[in-house]
Amino acid sequence: MIGVSIIAFLLLLSALAPLIIPIESYKLWNDPDYWINNPKTAAPFWKNVFGTKEFEHTSLDQSDAIITSELSEGIRVVNYRFEINMQADDFPDDFMFLHTVKYGDIPPVLQIDITRPDNNTFTVYYSSLPTTNNVNNTFTDRIFSTNNNIKESLSQYQSFFIFPISGFEPQVIIFLDTSKPRVLEGMYQISQKFFLFDNSSSIEDVGVILGGKVYGIMGTDDLRRDLVVGIIWGIPIALFIGLTVSIFSISIGLIYGVVAGYRGKKTDEGMMRINDIFYAFPTLILLILLSITFGSNIFLIIVILMIFGWMGTAKVIRSIALQMRNFQYVEAAKLMGQSDLKVIFKHIIPQLLPLTFASVAISVPGAILAEAALSFIGLGDPTLPTWGQLLHDANTADAASRGIWWWIIPPGLMIALTALAFFLIGNALDSIANPLRNKNRKG
Amino acid sequence: MLLVLFSTIFITVILLGPTLDKLLVDAVRNQVIDEVNQGTLKFQNSDERSSYINNQIELRSKTLGLDQDPLNPSKLVHRVVSVMTLDLGKSHFFTTEHGSSNVRDIIFEKTPKTLLLFTTATLCVTVIGIFLGTYVAGKQGSWWDKFNSIIAIFSNSFPSWWVAMIMILIFAFTLHLFPARATPLSSPSDPYYIFDLLYHMALPLITLIIVGFGSWAYVVRYFLINILNEDFIYAKRTMGISRRKILYSHALRNAGPPIATAVGLGLASSFGGAFITEAVFDWPGMGKLFYDAIGLLDIPIIIGLTYTTTVIFLVTIFITDITYSLLDPRVKGS
Repeated sequence: MIGVSIIAFLLLLSALAPLIIPIESYKLWNDPDYWINNPKTAAPFWKNVFGTKEFEHTSLDQSDAIITSELSEGIRVVNYRFEINMQADDFPDDFMFLHTVKYGDIPPVLQIDITRPDNNTFTVYYSSLPTTNNVNNTFTDRIFSTNNNIKESLSQYQSFFIFPISGFEPQVIIFLDTSKPRVLEGMYQISQKFFLFDNSSSIEDVGVILGGKVYGIMGTDDLRRDLVVGIIWGIPIALFIGLTVSIFSISIGLIYGVVAGYRGKKTDEGMMRINDIFYAFPTLILLILLSITFGSNIFLIIVILMIFGWMGTAKVIRSIALQMRNFQYVEAAKLMGQSDLKVIFKHIIPQLLPLTFASVAISVPGAILAEAALSFIGLGDPTLPTWGQLLHDANTADAASRGIWWWIIPPGLMIALTALAFFLIGNALDSIANPLRNKNRKG
Repeated sequence: MLLVLFSTIFITVILLGPTLDKLLVDAVRNQVIDEVNQGTLKFQNSDERSSYINNQIELRSKTLGLDQDPLNPSKLVHRVVSVMTLDLGKSHFFTTEHGSSNVRDIIFEKTPKTLLLFTTATLCVTVIGIFLGTYVAGKQGSWWDKFNSIIAIFSNSFPSWWVAMIMILIFAFTLHLFPARATPLSSPSDPYYIFDLLYHMALPLITLIIVGFGSWAYVVRYFLINILNEDFIYAKRTMGISRRKILYSHALRNAGPPIATAVGLGLASSFGGAFITEAVFDWPGMGKLFYDAIGLLDIPIIIGLTYTTTVIFLVTIFITDITYSLLDPRVKGS
């Protein structure tokens, strides 16, 4: 029952996935540009409930700004003022100022001022945009907190502070209390002033991003990717891999086992020897070899997993088919002159179907775990955000020894949860359907 | 058994042969170009130079047998033989602690470490599994029994390498009890090297035990409960033999053979997991070597490791078969 509800929940999530998160997010999973506005290695926001209150990621765009425009001596000054309420125990990780401006011959000048709660105003940036020969030039840029211009401007405000600030990063200095090195809480006003020198110039887009140390439900990884996206897109992929692999490999095992058991004698002997050989192969190592040679494509991985997933079922089914061969209705059908093929498909396989469903459910976790293991070694399909892939990235980034728990725990839990659900369903089905097991249970 | 070994090598060689050839040709090309750049040979123009280089590459490839089709039978046989004797030439990226880059030396250096970790873990898991399983089988339906089943299901659902990462997170990052990287820092000649090694081995070992013992105990319990329902057990009980004695000597003895088989197969499949766990912990064994070799696509190492692990894997299965026949006197006769 628990198993069914977990699966139902996962199916619901994967069905809702395209609605909750933009579809292109999974195609662009490996595209750093798509994720640039997110903070780097930020923890989930609910971490703030425990311990220190970290700064939550803040991303403001044009619609959050208070826009004022004035004209003096032929120069148009457009001011985008953003208000940020700083209520945290820790500083932001970084910040970015974004702007997209359209201008002609004379490049506009950009000045960024920050008014702090203690009424000091810092001019952090003052520079003209690059010159251009193009008449209708649209210029997009983002100014990072690492910008030298910002660093130099801030160093002029040493006199406000009673301690040396040269060792601090710009994102710290801006939000620094003047009397002791901690966050000055309160309302900050960030204004981006554009000085436009001709009428053809216009401002297309302006924004401010303060990189937080906490972000979203699940945080982000080293490459600023939102882990919610990876986790949720992992669901349909894992279910797809698990179900296709298990359905196909169990079908192979079913037919193989029935044929071996039904034909008996030499055929059985020979087929079981082949089965033994497959059994004795070190599967994981062969998987590794095959994916090295044939490249990492999700469908190839599925095919490979199918080829090495049928042996157990074949063995069980064969032992049952050996008994069924001598059942009277099977013998009757044979005496009536029905072909072997027809006997197998009309009389034997239908009897085995319930057991087959149970085996499908039980073998799904194996497939999911195998794919995760392959991805984890770095042989998975790199274009898809699977859970194994997430953990691979986490391991290469040494997430465990850096304590980035939100990058490690959720993908593993998802793998375990899915596997657990299928195990539970499989066991429940199995105890109903498996004739061999029921016999053992009689005591 | 030998058939499996042989076919694994064969498949490996067929699959990786062409890639290896390509890498070798690249190596030859680099060598020739290096020689031309540093050599005293003078050329009139670039055409002459490139034709000389191409000639040299062709010549040297021929002496190495690289011009033949990689799937050519005589070449395949030659390759297979050289794999069997681990005569695989030099690794491109890895060296032993003594600086040898011979594939055989590297693998011989790493194998004992994997065996040390894996066999210790297996021994611990076996002992814990058998005793826990027997204890639980004697108390069917108790709280312990249910707890054990839950652990078994959980340890089947969690990937062992993920548990490894969690262990690093808890014990190395949060509690600072064990080092996060399991590579010992002191050199092998150090008298305290063995303690250092054991200290670094602790965390991987604990992980392997945690991951392994649940399903072991469950298997033991499953077979024991079947045995406990047999008539001879009832007979013994009516004879007045204590429950405890029946459980630990009579039932366990009879459940031995199926347990051995189930466990043998389980061991073989957990081998892969242990490999990846090794890579997570940076334990300097074969698993980590494999992981790194895949990352750098060092084909000689990969082929050598495939061969060695297949041998170890098959030996494991073989040992379980022997154990089976030792435990079950009926098998010996046939």
